[in-house]
Amino acid sequence: MGLDFSVVPAFAGALFSGALWTIAITLSAAVLSFFGGIVFAVIALYAPLVIRYPFRLFAWLFMGTPLLLQLFLIYFGLIQIGIDLPAFVAGVIGLGLHFAVYNSDIIQAGILAVDKGQYEGARTLGLSRIQTLRKVVVPQAVRSVVPPIGNNMIALLKDSALVSVIGVAELTLSSQMAISRTFRPFEFYVAAAACYYVINLGLEAGLRRIERRIQLAR
Amino acid sequence: MSDRPIIDIRHAAKSYGPLEVLKDISLQVQKGRIVAIIGPSGSGKSTLLRAINDLDPLSSGEVWLDDIQVNKALPPRQYETHINSVRQNIGMVFQHFNLFPHLTVRDNITLAPKMLKGISKAEADQLAVEQLNKVGLLDRIDYYPSQLSGGQKQRVAIARALAMKPKVMLFDEATSALDPELVEEVNLVMKQLAEEHMTMIIVTHEMGFAQDVCDRVLFMDQGVVVEEGPPEVIFRNPSNERTKNFLRKHLKGQH
Ligand SMILES: Nc1ncnc2c1ncn2[C@@H]1O[C@H](COP(=O)(O)OP(=O)(O)O)[C@@H](O)[C@H]1O
Ligand SMILES: [Mg+2]
Repeated sequence: MGLDFSVVPAFAGALFSGALWTIAITLSAAVLSFFGGIVFAVIALYAPLVIRYPFRLFAWLFMGTPLLLQLFLIYFGLIQIGIDLPAFVAGVIGLGLHFAVYNSDIIQAGILAVDKGQYEGARTLGLSRIQTLRKVVVPQAVRSVVPPIGNNMIALLKDSALVSVIGVAELTLSSQMAISRTFRPFEFYVAAAACYYVINLGLEAGLRRIERRIQLAR
Repeated sequence: MSDRPIIDIRHAAKSYGPLEVLKDISLQVQKGRIVAIIGPSGSGKSTLLRAINDLDPLSSGEVWLDDIQVNKALPPRQYETHINSVRQNIGMVFQHFNLFPHLTVRDNITLAPKMLKGISKAEADQLAVEQLNKVGLLDRIDYYPSQLSGGQKQRVAIARALAMKPKVMLFDEATSALDPELVEEVNLVMKQLAEEHMTMIIVTHEMGFAQDVCDRVLFMDQGVVVEEGPPEVIFRNPSNERTKNFLRKHLKGQH
């Protein structure tokens, strides 16, 4: 049985819809992981110890256990305690929090690297600690770590395939469904890979654009 | 009452561990007066200046701004509120500008007034225009700091401090980080403030400038004010040996 890519176009609609879901879940989780990363970084650096220690445990669990397991836990596990999330939402939360923990590490380093003079400049104007953090330190920290955060976002795109296991019909699951109808794994995995590649190009272009836009402002 | 000082430093002392950086310094500055602080590197000039807005808290002694004690002992929460409101009245200009690189010139100037004085966006814009006009940089209002020269950055930093309408301006070697050809534009802005009778305390290495604009000069060495007086006396006819030595080194090559 040779390769025959002519079977693919018949499933173009399904793959396209899968690609849209992949984009939707990646962007939603990226936004969550970005803002979550900022919140986690601020907690890790400045929150009172009673919050900081439990938070460290939480962060350590997210970094030290498989993302797949985390997705199962959020989607299947939480039902037992009465939290029944739609698969998409569970996927966004799982991916988003997982990458928020990684982003948090990077943003913490960014915050610590902000020049001491910036705090002094802000505090002498009369800004409070929190105002200084919010308006001066965090925005600069975030700008300085756009490249590594961008790398995380590309990893997030690739890991979004994992949400296929909880039944989100994104690109990987869509191609598997096509395979189960046609028994043509090679053709459809290659087609899915091509789609991921194109989405990746788009994501990289977006990241480059962000980097260009903040180039002057740092 | 009218000659009550606007800045009153009483018996300021500061130590870092065993190192005494300030030793019982007292200084009064009347409204509209301009005081220069000169002295060798490490003599405690910055520490003294930064004690005025409690950026470097004193070990002992008091700092008063008008009738408010700046370094009042308060519980942390109350202190934070107190010091933030005090600092709004004390403008400070740093050697390395400390502009906010992620904000345009306009936003650098309006950030604090918007957050602290509850003014509208239109009023804030008006304020930015006003202050930039003053320092001659209105055409740079939408630039980022990274697009400015050092002299322009420092003028924006001055405009940013002035936008809070401070009662006093503190300058810590405002021109030391600048290329020589950019020093004059910043000096001009400071001279203009002097003409408007802004109360200023200026730490500087530029003896010529101190001589031109200041009412009084303090010479500091090793944490003490060794000698102080009007510029004519300090620069032309100092009485202390340490002052003479310092000036001999520093006046050489000037003018
Ligand atoms: N945070 C600090 N810890 C320890 N020593 C300090 C600190 N800040 C300043 N010093 C010391 O205090 C002395 C006075 O410093 P400074 O006020 O900056 O002097 P100046 O501005 O006259 O050059 C110097 O000996 C300096 O090394
Ligand atoms: Mg100094």
